Amino acid sequence: MDKMPKWADVILTPLISLILAMGFSALVILAIGESPWEALKTMVQGALGSSYGWGFTLYYATNFIFTGLAVMVAYHASLFNIGGEGQAAMGGLGVALVLLYLPLPHWGLALPAAMIGAAVFGAAWAFIPAILQAKRGSHIVITTIMFNFIAAATLNYVLVNLLRPVGSMDPATARFPASTNLPSLTDMAAAIGITWGRNTPANITFLVAVLACFLIWVLIWRTRLGYQIRALGRSEPGAVYAGISPVRITVIAMLISGGLAGLMAINNVMGEAERLVLNAVEGAGFIGIAVALMGRNHPLGILLAALLFGFLYQGGGELALWTSIPRELIVVIQALVILFTGALDNMVRMPLERLFLTMKRTSRGAVK
Amino acid sequence: MNIRESLIAIIVLSICVIWALADGAAAQQGIGSALRLMTPLLLACLAGLYSGVFDIGLEGKMLMAAFTAASVAYLTGSAWLGLAAGIAGSLSLSLIHGLASITFMGNQLISGVAINFLASGLTVLIGQNAFGLGGRTPSLTGAGRFQPITLPFADALRDVPVLGPIYSGLISGQTILVYVAFAMVPITWWVLFRTRFGLRLRAVGENPASVDTAGVSVTRLRYTAVAICGILCGIAGAYLATGLSAGFVKEMTAGRGFIALAALIFAKWRPWQALFATFLFGLLEAIANLYPNLDLGIVVVPSMFMNALPYILTVVILAGFVGRAIPPRAGGEPYVKER
Repeated sequence: MDKMPKWADVILTPLISLILAMGFSALVILAIGESPWEALKTMVQGALGSSYGWGFTLYYATNFIFTGLAVMVAYHASLFNIGGEGQAAMGGLGVALVLLYLPLPHWGLALPAAMIGAAVFGAAWAFIPAILQAKRGSHIVITTIMFNFIAAATLNYVLVNLLRPVGSMDPATARFPASTNLPSLTDMAAAIGITWGRNTPANITFLVAVLACFLIWVLIWRTRLGYQIRALGRSEPGAVYAGISPVRITVIAMLISGGLAGLMAINNVMGEAERLVLNAVEGAGFIGIAVALMGRNHPLGILLAALLFGFLYQGGGELALWTSIPRELIVVIQALVILFTGALDNMVRMPLERLFLTMKRTSRGAVK
Repeated sequence: MNIRESLIAIIVLSICVIWALADGAAAQQGIGSALRLMTPLLLACLAGLYSGVFDIGLEGKMLMAAFTAASVAYLTGSAWLGLAAGIAGSLSLSLIHGLASITFMGNQLISGVAINFLASGLTVLIGQNAFGLGGRTPSLTGAGRFQPITLPFADALRDVPVLGPIYSGLISGQTILVYVAFAMVPITWWVLFRTRFGLRLRAVGENPASVDTAGVSVTRLRYTAVAICGILCGIAGAYLATGLSAGFVKEMTAGRGFIALAALIFAKWRPWQALFATFLFGLLEAIANLYPNLDLGIVVVPSMFMNALPYILTVVILAGFVGRAIPPRAGGEPYVKER
């Protein structure tokens, strides 16, 4: 356990993994005949060089915070929730139903109502895989993958056959009532006299997401439930011996996880599109995996990793706009981050552990 | 065969027979289409059978293979060179997977997710760079594609009732990779259950320590399994791009890797049952393609339901309500040799 000092485990290993992932990405850019340095400059300029860029970066980051937290909560119960994509899509359906069918006069009322709708639908979509894992031992990774596809088909059916306004060809719902539109960060900045990020989709949900990070930290490390989740994640027999019911905790952890993934819909469906369209999640559920791995399954790490991926997303869009590098570059970078921080973690960790071990030995030798 | 399997067999067969009686020409077209659609599923499913428990990366390996196969087939004008390139493309991802999950004892699920994204990004990135068609490859013609093969006597038997449509219309006239896929079923069964290699492979999935004690290298066995999986995924991808369609299109696997995974669970990790499961799923896809809104008289089944059915069936199977599917016990775990 304590082969390495804590800072090396928490900061150094993810940093080296990230540098490796970026190095390989640079090689990929070189291989298609472009300059990695120019690409990086375009990305930084486009994503962080103006309040416009920041507006998009924060918008994407908001999505990734929710899906990252979703993966994290499940991970602490040693469950790999790969179904964030489907849960977020169903969350969108929850938001749409609440906003279309409940008369909500003001966004201040609409926001909590839609949050409940999003979380309930997201959690409900995680419930069946959770109960199957807990009671019947069905592998949660496979059931959540299957539920992603079932969610896509369900949403496709609902949008085409049920919620599509009469006369519209577009598989999407009607626009939500204008009274429920969320204030954008631009409006909020303007209220205190700052011109910031005009025409960007970043909205108040970003603040909700930051709050969620804090609340999840409290939940996992400062409450009884969080302790039970972590205990189950570390050792199931240990948890059972301590009187914790694995079935109950598995289901609760997955409900929280699904609810968090569903909450993402507040940002993209209610905040940005203001109606529910097909494929609204756009892969954010899967990026949550990369974000949680990169953020070492800690809310603060997830916040930072989500900002990094928000930057990559917005920067990648700018790259596609100004250079001949397609947007898919970010998918490659994302894959490399998952590969190096997740699957190849030991490749970085083992040599580092050895290094710290020898350093410890030599320093001890010097004292004697 | 137990009751559950015979029941499913009867249902599938009766669907085919009723369909043929109701509309013979459409049934022939639909079942032929099902045979073609099941081919990549079958190959990927058998690939998953070799590789271990849940190989999430089947999708990515197929996608990469489809891309490299289509590119090389276009550049050289030879479908066979395309096939070789497809296998090479898929194998390169298998190698990464092996490195991560065997050598560095990483989580094979996470590695699979990474491989899927890597394939999805790289194919478009390289494709756009090489051909400038937004991630597509140029259309393949002539020898760049695998052409249908007419089996002997197909023309002579065409007018024989029942046998004629089945032999001339369905069995004959497929591309060679379809026959390869079907041949892989008995070969896989033989390799897994009748050879020493197969016994060891199954043992390494259940209890690696016992294989190690017997003096066989666990690492080497697992790398071999991962490589065989890569080769089969390579053939599956090459068939998608150079047999089923005429070129590579962005995200062309469209979840087939996951349907193959579903079929593997449905088949309970057995080759003959895999043939069956993939035919069922191919049939569902063919029906969904032919009838966007299937009117059964009482209810209208939307195509979305047909598309989702393989996943729903898999969840039901996984839930253990219709006979439990038990994966190899130790397949998902890295093996740490005792010192």
